Amino acid sequence: MSQVSKPLIEVQNLTRRFPSPDGEEPVTVFENASFDIKRGEFVCIIGHSGCGKSTILNVLAGLDEASDGVVLMEGREISGPSLDRGVVFQNYSLLPWMSALKNVMFGVRARFPTWTKRQVRDHSFKHLSMVGLGDGAEKRKPSQLSGGMRQRVSIARAFAIQPKLLLLDEPFGALDALTRGTIQDELIRVWGDTDQTIFMITHDVDEAILLSDRILLMSNGPYARVAESVVIDIPRPRNRADIIHHKKYYPIRNYLVDFLTTRSKNIAFIADEGGDSRNIKPQTVRPGLVENLKNISKPEPVTTNLTHNELNKKLAKGAQ
Amino acid sequence: MSINLKAPLLSLLLLLSMMVIWEMATPKVKSAENMTEYELLMGGASEEARVPPPSAIVKKAIEELSNPLYDNGPNDKGIGIQIAYSLYRVLTGYSLAALIALPLGFLIGMSPLAYKTLDPFIQVLKPISPLAWMPLALFIIQDSEASAIFVIFICSIWPMLINTAFGVAGVRKDWVNVAKTHELGTLRTALQVILPAAAPTILTGMRISIGIAWLVIVAAEMLVGGTGIGYYVWNEWNNLDLTSVIFSILVIGFVGMLLDTFFAHVQSAIQYQE
Ligand SMILES: Nc1ncnc2c1ncn2[C@@H]1O[C@H](COP(=O)(O)OP(=O)(O)OP(=O)(O)O)[C@@H](O)[C@H]1O
Ligand SMILES: [Mg+2]
Repeated sequence: MSQVSKPLIEVQNLTRRFPSPDGEEPVTVFENASFDIKRGEFVCIIGHSGCGKSTILNVLAGLDEASDGVVLMEGREISGPSLDRGVVFQNYSLLPWMSALKNVMFGVRARFPTWTKRQVRDHSFKHLSMVGLGDGAEKRKPSQLSGGMRQRVSIARAFAIQPKLLLLDEPFGALDALTRGTIQDELIRVWGDTDQTIFMITHDVDEAILLSDRILLMSNGPYARVAESVVIDIPRPRNRADIIHHKKYYPIRNYLVDFLTTRSKNIAFIADEGGDSRNIKPQTVRPGLVENLKNISKPEPVTTNLTHNELNKKLAKGAQ
Repeated sequence: MSINLKAPLLSLLLLLSMMVIWEMATPKVKSAENMTEYELLMGGASEEARVPPPSAIVKKAIEELSNPLYDNGPNDKGIGIQIAYSLYRVLTGYSLAALIALPLGFLIGMSPLAYKTLDPFIQVLKPISPLAWMPLALFIIQDSEASAIFVIFICSIWPMLINTAFGVAGVRKDWVNVAKTHELGTLRTALQVILPAAAPTILTGMRISIGIAWLVIVAAEMLVGGTGIGYYVWNEWNNLDLTSVIFSILVIGFVGMLLDTFFAHVQSAIQYQE
């Protein structure tokens, strides 16, 4: 098999349990999550609060360890954090005693230790300019920047180290709609220019559709699963104003909202003791192809022999 | 008028009026022919011992400060020399304490095991008055100079140790994660992320320590004697020279203020806003 067709990231049967506070059985946040991320792909993950999205991202970043399962990057198991995987944290995580430029330089210096000071500076400045902060704002400390500007610094820092995979944890969660829009545009542009692979958590369905190639849907925890993989086949370049007029937009949006409001509750809150959910990739769904939304309950399974719905029936029977 | 101009003017006014009241409240020196028989018998000793008026202290200050470095043998040295001795002891003891407290505080702050292991010792040793160590120090070290330094060491170590540990343990996990995702090693994480993040807390500890050290050195020097501002105060008290006593008290205050101001400046330089 050639290296090119292999996915960049393979997540296999990832499970995370936390010890319960009262010392009883550990709480299984999610179980047997398996999915791939292809090179250059923009993947978003959506799910209700507490289902374990940040935990998955932290495992991918190497900051947290799974209780079970592996994550492969280019075929090799990841252990611990690496400069190959850049992270933009939900709360920006800039170092407050450094200026915006120094924050980016901090990353660049770590990534390219042999570079001269001038190279580090220029490279950092270039990336700050890419997110519109090259006009004097680079000299300011994070506390002197607005929330949106801080988030852009954080994005610039992540892009500047040119990681193979960029992990974004609800990067725009704390921003107002207008700022959010501007930075989304910047993110798409920078992503388009650099061919980055991006894995991003969001709560915002419209944001996910605008940005992603594919959206992973997580059911509610405990025993959350990565249930479906929704393909967003709306052509690029996309922009916020026009995308809502695309004929696939609302079918996709309705499908996602339907999942979040009703179906996410109904999938798997039972421990899978027989291991039936192992090695099952989320079923691929293309709501954009479905003309009639009534048909949505029966999307064609693609990558697996057993869909999550069938699996749940089986597990539910076993539990009775 | 701005508050920054008003406040110092008022301070000055307050000082002047206090000095005037003090001056007026001090009984005038009687000339010899007005003395009672008893006073004559006492050779005017009670007059020597009266609280001197501010004018006498100002005069003393001018006299001492115009020649602060003279040295006429063990019991008569200029105020500058005495202060220099005290500062030397404080800075030596304090630096030794910093040399141990900062790395140890780092260790305690970063490792819960080290924290749990050392905590009982710290809890017991911390509340001991530094002067209580003096006899033991004199016995073991057999040198009054080194004993004074040791007392300074022991009194300045605790605030630095505890604040360093506290600051290091309290560094936001996100910042440590930033270091981790950038593959920074332990040493570079400690120096580039944890140190600057904890610096304001560490400096608070260092500032408290230098304050305590300056308080303690006076008492320590009264005990060990020989040189230093503490010895000077005690010596002048034995000479019943209250003018010098008050003058040196003021000098102690000023030097303490300078030390504190220095740390305040460093503190504001490394302070950051989240
Ligand atoms: N260190 C921990 N110890 C115990 N439980 C934890 C720990 N970290 C996370 N959890 C639990 O794991 C679950 C998933 O947490 P996680 O932060 O991954 O959720 P999330 O999907 O990112 O939610 P949100 O959308 O609100 O950010 C939560 O129920 C949380 O209580
Ligand atoms: Mg989260």
